Amino acid sequence: MYVAVKGGERAIENAHRLLAHERRGDRDVPEVTLAQISEQLALGVDRVMTEGSLYDRELAALAIKQARGDMIEAIFLVRAFRATLPRFGATEPVNTGEMLVRRRISSTFKDVPGGQILGPTFDYTHRLLDPQLAEGFVPEQPATAEASQAATPRVTDILGRDGLIETSPQADSNAPVGDLTREPLSFPADRDLRLQNLARGDEGFLLALGYSTQRGYGRNHPFAGEIRFGEVEVEFFAEDVGFAVPLGSVELTECQMVNQFKGSTTEAPCFTRGYGLAFGQSERKTMSMALVDRALRARELGEEAGAPAQDEEFVMSHSDNVQSTGFVEHLKLPHYVDFQSELGLLRKLRQEFAEANQAVELQEAAE
Amino acid sequence: MNPTMSSTGPDSKQAQRKAAMTVLAHSAAADIAGRLAAIAIPKHENLREPENGLVMMRGRVGGDGAPFNLGEATVSRAAVRLASGEVGFGYTLGRDAQKAQMIALCDAMVQSVELSGEVEAKVIAPLRAAVNAERSRKAAETAATRVDFYTMVRGEG
Repeated sequence: MYVAVKGGERAIENAHRLLAHERRGDRDVPEVTLAQISEQLALGVDRVMTEGSLYDRELAALAIKQARGDMIEAIFLVRAFRATLPRFGATEPVNTGEMLVRRRISSTFKDVPGGQILGPTFDYTHRLLDPQLAEGFVPEQPATAEASQAATPRVTDILGRDGLIETSPQADSNAPVGDLTREPLSFPADRDLRLQNLARGDEGFLLALGYSTQRGYGRNHPFAGEIRFGEVEVEFFAEDVGFAVPLGSVELTECQMVNQFKGSTTEAPCFTRGYGLAFGQSERKTMSMALVDRALRARELGEEAGAPAQDEEFVMSHSDNVQSTGFVEHLKLPHYVDFQSELGLLRKLRQEFAEANQAVELQEAAE
Repeated sequence: MNPTMSSTGPDSKQAQRKAAMTVLAHSAAADIAGRLAAIAIPKHENLREPENGLVMMRGRVGGDGAPFNLGEATVSRAAVRLASGEVGFGYTLGRDAQKAQMIALCDAMVQSVELSGEVEAKVIAPLRAAVNAERSRKAAETAATRVDFYTMVRGEG
């Protein structure tokens, strides 16, 4: 417990003034613009949008600038902003199958219909620091080729045609879509709530958990069936208009993990799946999310569930970095009263200990 | 779908409105304003003052299954009524309320028998051409990164 403490107002005010000064840095160095952050630190913006759970590039860029590049602080700012606007409703579910693909790869099928499309990727780069980028580097214009009109079906749809992979669970028309921003978490949680939780969950936490499943803590033999990134149209059914109105498009990354098969005496064996979806180009995030989504299905699939990544209460209660940082960082706030009572108790215990020892020594001396 | 609608009239008008809204939502506010400057704007009033808000964006489990809440997005909306009676709606991602206002105005004009030809020709069509050109550019850049596999046969080369 911490208590409100008076005093220190001037110190706080001056500390914030100093923060603003430090945020600006050397005033002889040009100030960074939101457009520069959005365009040139695009993947950082994508992460803040994803974990801030708000798709708005400009706001995410502002948050990164205000937070001096501290991503979790920026995510915190974006989450807080959400509370200032009314919610008009929920969109129609987006159709990732009709994505305008910028990147699409499958590690399971070389000749996947629609092709392997690398897009803008760090993959196959040498990871050597490039001194040219230090200043004034002008990249070549991108190469172009004739665009194919061929469809790019999801790999899971292709496997699904032959019944080789489980079908996705279909909507229960009686059950509303769970929303953890409206109702507190309770367990066991359904897949919709788990995916919402993972989608806004901390990338580092999910990465570590996903990695732990690969190392044997809840192994589920994953293949990256497909990763795709691109633009998806968003529609919103507006009561006043009377039909689903187009809102424009968003950039999303989707990962379909294809996992170890499962069957029974009544069902033919088929591959199982884990799913990841996030704002922007967030490949590591969606891959980690898909691994953890699959791990959290252990009980549903009748697997032994003892690893951390399979424990939904553990995963879902600790995935949110705004909650985590709130509780960890609240330790910085004044705990003077708590600490004084602990200190008082400790002094008393030490005194009792000293008295007891003294008594023992006296007794020993007497014998 | 409203069963009282005939298969051509109102449905095709709705499809036309939706197509126009799609182009407008994909266009930058400055580009829409530039195109609107080229036509006479009819008298109108605001039915809903332009405002900002949020929508919860939904995905589907596995891409094709039950819906789940992915995260929110900022949106803007507005509604206008022309002096001639048509009511137009504007919705768009982002916080540019003036863009929503312009979309609403265009939507009202698209519904007007007198104005729809001009707004289609002078606003929607050129914006559509720009949106399509941008798409084609991206598609061509993306296509250049498609992998052409060739198989190495053992013992050759």
